[in-house]
Amino acid sequence: MPLIDYANPTRFLAFSARVLPWLAAATAVLLLVGLWLSFFGSPPDYQQGETVRIMYIHVPSAWLSMLCYGVMAVAAVGTLVWRHPLADVTARAAAPLGAAFTFLALVTGSLWGKPMWGTWWVWDARLTSELVLLIMYLGLIALWQAVDDFGRAARVVAVLTLVGSINIPIIKFSVDWWNTLHQGESIFRAGGPTIDWSMLTALFTMMAAMTLLYAALLIGAIGNEILKRRADQMEMMAAGERG
Amino acid sequence: MKALAAIAAQTARLSWRSGGALVGVVFFLAVVTVVPFGVGPDLKLLGRIGPAMLWVAALLAALLNLDRLFRDDRDDGSLDLLVMSGVPLELTVLAKCAGAWLATGLPLTVVAPLLGMLLGLEPAALATTTATLAAGTPALILIGAIGAALTAALPRGGILVAVLVLPFTIPALIFGVSAAATAIVGPTPFLPPFLILLALTLFSLVIGPIAAAAALRATLE
Repeated sequence: MPLIDYANPTRFLAFSARVLPWLAAATAVLLLVGLWLSFFGSPPDYQQGETVRIMYIHVPSAWLSMLCYGVMAVAAVGTLVWRHPLADVTARAAAPLGAAFTFLALVTGSLWGKPMWGTWWVWDARLTSELVLLIMYLGLIALWQAVDDFGRAARVVAVLTLVGSINIPIIKFSVDWWNTLHQGESIFRAGGPTIDWSMLTALFTMMAAMTLLYAALLIGAIGNEILKRRADQMEMMAAGERG
Repeated sequence: MKALAAIAAQTARLSWRSGGALVGVVFFLAVVTVVPFGVGPDLKLLGRIGPAMLWVAALLAALLNLDRLFRDDRDDGSLDLLVMSGVPLELTVLAKCAGAWLATGLPLTVVAPLLGMLLGLEPAALATTTATLAAGTPALILIGAIGAALTAALPRGGILVAVLVLPFTIPALIFGVSAAATAIVGPTPFLPPFLILLALTLFSLVIGPIAAAAALRATLE
């Protein structure tokens, strides 16, 4: 069935009812395997000792905070260019998830920084741009709540999302462009990863697990948004008939 | 062209007459006054953080006044006329930003040296701060116009504008303060950060009106 068919909200609800249980099960399995690998299946770092295990939550959260903004940017294009009906609900459902992952990345990074760098926070380029990303997510959520009409809110939020997408490359390349305390690129770089494979398996498993977690939460949230909008419309029709 | 000049002139005139522009300058003064209560009256310390405080206060004063850039027009219906007038909406936004700068940004820049003296800035630092504000306040207004356009239809959007716009004004703030502080921090050259600030203003001269026009169309539908 071609992708355009999922634009129909009812079809999407049927699709999500079929897919979500499997997705949730796969997420649970991968999370269990990933957590086992993180705690028992990978060695401690020669310099950092056991504290390095925070990386297995910190890095996937940070990666997801940027992926989620990418999803919202694509949804924004879908709203403005194609008026795709599911793009609106996707953007609205994704914003709180992205904010949560950004917050998680900042907090786990802070917990990691205290024993490693001796400070909870430092105003270097990577941390500052990630904090700015959190502010942008919260601003988008506030804008969703401020505009009453859903269609208009979707278009306004879409414009702001696209303007703000400049921040994502800034976050990614901040450790290259500026002199930062945060570690430089160790995985997606020319010349291959500099992390040993014993740790990379745990890291990639956790990244896959948390990405599936995000996908499951997002599909569930989109379904919720669709049902919520239907409930609102039925309420308004009922109020109209009464009055 | 004459239409655009008329829009700019009317925006500036209305902002001055309604007192909004003057309140912005007074707010600038108020924030600068509050700073020594926070950090202590040591003139040497104030002189070191002076350019940064002037920039932050100017940023906040500009953002406050931007809230009304499109809302008043939308409330009395003239925004619909502007959108339907046949003049490209991007140029209309540019004209309104020019008017807003004449009414808000320019007075802030003119008053900045006086307030700098209150903070104990050296003449060299006064000069660099004023120059960077003159170059940077247009960028603040152009970027702020995006936030103003997004919230034009909201009755109580005031503080939301500041929240939405603040992240995008950070680069201008960084380079403005960096250039202004070269008079204090030592023999670092003034031109590199100043030229980058000018580049940011030119960049926002293009991006600001385009994004704000898109936001206006999205808000008004």
